[in-house]
Amino acid sequence: MRRLWPMVRKEFIQMRRDRLTLGVMFGIPVVQLLMFGFAIQTDVRHIPTVVDDESRTPESRDIIHALENTGNFRIVAYLTGRAALDDAIARGRAQAGIVVPNAYARNLGRGSTATVQVIVDASDPLSSQSALAAAAGVAQVRNLELLAAAAGRSTLPLDVRVRPRYNPGLRSPVYIVPGLVGLILTMTMVLVTAVAIVRERERGTLEQLIVTPITKTELMLGKITPYVGVGLFQMTAVLLLGRFVFDVPLVGSVGLLYGVSLLYIIASLALGLFISTLVQTQQQAMQMSFFFMLPSILLSGFMFPREAMPVAFQWLSLLIPLTHFLKILRGILLKGVGAGPILSPMLVLCGFAVALIGLAVRRFHKTLD
Amino acid sequence: MTDVAVDIRDLTRRFGTLTAVSHLTLAVQRGEVFGLLGPNGSGKTTTIRMLCGLLEPTEGTATVAGVDVRAAPERVKTQIGYMSQRFGLYEDLTVRENLEFYGGIYGLSGAAQRDREGQVVAFLGIGGRLGQLAGQLSGGWKQRLALGCALLHHPPVLFLDEPTAGVDPAARRNFWRAIHELAQSGTTVLVTTHYMDEAERCDRLGMMSVGHLIALGTPGEVARQVGGTTLEDAFIILQEQDER
Repeated sequence: MRRLWPMVRKEFIQMRRDRLTLGVMFGIPVVQLLMFGFAIQTDVRHIPTVVDDESRTPESRDIIHALENTGNFRIVAYLTGRAALDDAIARGRAQAGIVVPNAYARNLGRGSTATVQVIVDASDPLSSQSALAAAAGVAQVRNLELLAAAAGRSTLPLDVRVRPRYNPGLRSPVYIVPGLVGLILTMTMVLVTAVAIVRERERGTLEQLIVTPITKTELMLGKITPYVGVGLFQMTAVLLLGRFVFDVPLVGSVGLLYGVSLLYIIASLALGLFISTLVQTQQQAMQMSFFFMLPSILLSGFMFPREAMPVAFQWLSLLIPLTHFLKILRGILLKGVGAGPILSPMLVLCGFAVALIGLAVRRFHKTLD
Repeated sequence: MTDVAVDIRDLTRRFGTLTAVSHLTLAVQRGEVFGLLGPNGSGKTTTIRMLCGLLEPTEGTATVAGVDVRAAPERVKTQIGYMSQRFGLYEDLTVRENLEFYGGIYGLSGAAQRDREGQVVAFLGIGGRLGQLAGQLSGGWKQRLALGCALLHHPPVLFLDEPTAGVDPAARRNFWRAIHELAQSGTTVLVTTHYMDEAERCDRLGMMSVGHLIALGTPGEVARQVGGTTLEDAFIILQEQDER
């Protein structure tokens, strides 16, 4: 292992001189965090809405205001006639339409069923969902009020209180930032190492290096050690920005968090090394890394809940290290749990790290063929 | 220890259906400058790579400084210095950093490392370039630096694969002067080339053609064996045979 230090030192010098890569490695966490933190909101609010109020009564205005007050509908225009309303939605001027028929107030007064139509553009399912939920919510509350009044009661018979724990404001950043720590580590750690060895091969420096007595363990460890530092730095940057810009809590043990993250960083670096043993050029290394990255983003539960996936994909997602790391991150960061509740994902990560290191060492040869 | 530094017997390497080196047998004496001569694709580089432990032989055996390259390729690596055709050092490191890196990789440290670096720097006259990035050096200086890095651990055997490709004549002459000095002090040098003037400077030559050794001896003997009066004639005759 005495040749490890010269190798690490060399990697640091090269890293320092490669300003572009350095900039990308340190810029990625900041840019990604701001992008995901500000731009991505899974709770869609204020969707542009057009209204066709054929009733034009205090009752109709009342129900329209009730819908508007949910914050999900932003009324952009009052129109006359269904055709105009359909046209506005078709053209994309509005994503929702509210139609209050002529007979609304009359039916309400008579005690028969009064109807209100809420039309939602469901070509974007994410934005239509919250609008549909809001409309249904308004209808239910209204119905209950009217029924209670008819029955002569001032209170309702049942009161269910829902408490969103760990993220009481249901804010997206709280959900996204812990995941982002995992995603950024995956992206840089896998890609950078995958490219690092192949670059030496492409430049012809690997040939010179492997005719020396350096062992392959020294070579591989020397290659990845500097990036452990980079990974820890990236993680710290994301956590600090998340804490102070997006007010994402960090309730658990910092020591535990960094310990498990180190494990994940090592697993990711080993995966990068493994990829580098499978490919011949830097371009192939990047392609393979991205091939791996996409399922990590989509299936790990970073953006879409795994519970909503078909069972086969839920199983598949278990093969992705990020899936397990996310459970740990959210557990420590948001729930403040200790090692106990996250023991099984931690063991899985250990398994991944050991298996990937084994694979990489097995595949890597100090020969040219 | 015998005086044979590199002993090659029946060495063969195939890549799929292509036989790059076929049943090569030759011995290089200690302190000898031995040249492998031949057109491109004749198997010179493949031979050197097998001797360095970079490629596994398909058949046959070879020992370098008494170490079997098949049985102990990693032990061979402690006994040799190697310069590849292509500049293999780090262009984004300075001359000094490259020397320090390879010194460390060859297990040198502390005062011993500094002393040895000083010797190599003085021997090759690269003292004035220590702070320069290797990528900014000219061909001749790159070649000297590469030789320097290959010499740091006092290897008994040096393998040089077309070391002077792309280097101007004056720098080539200096380089060969250094090679002969090393040989005089007991280092065995195996060098490939297709420059005739360089081949003339070798103690003995092996001429290769499509993977076979077709002539072996002093430069004069090799020329006669192939059927030319000079080495250059011999080389051209050979190349024309290959093309037919």
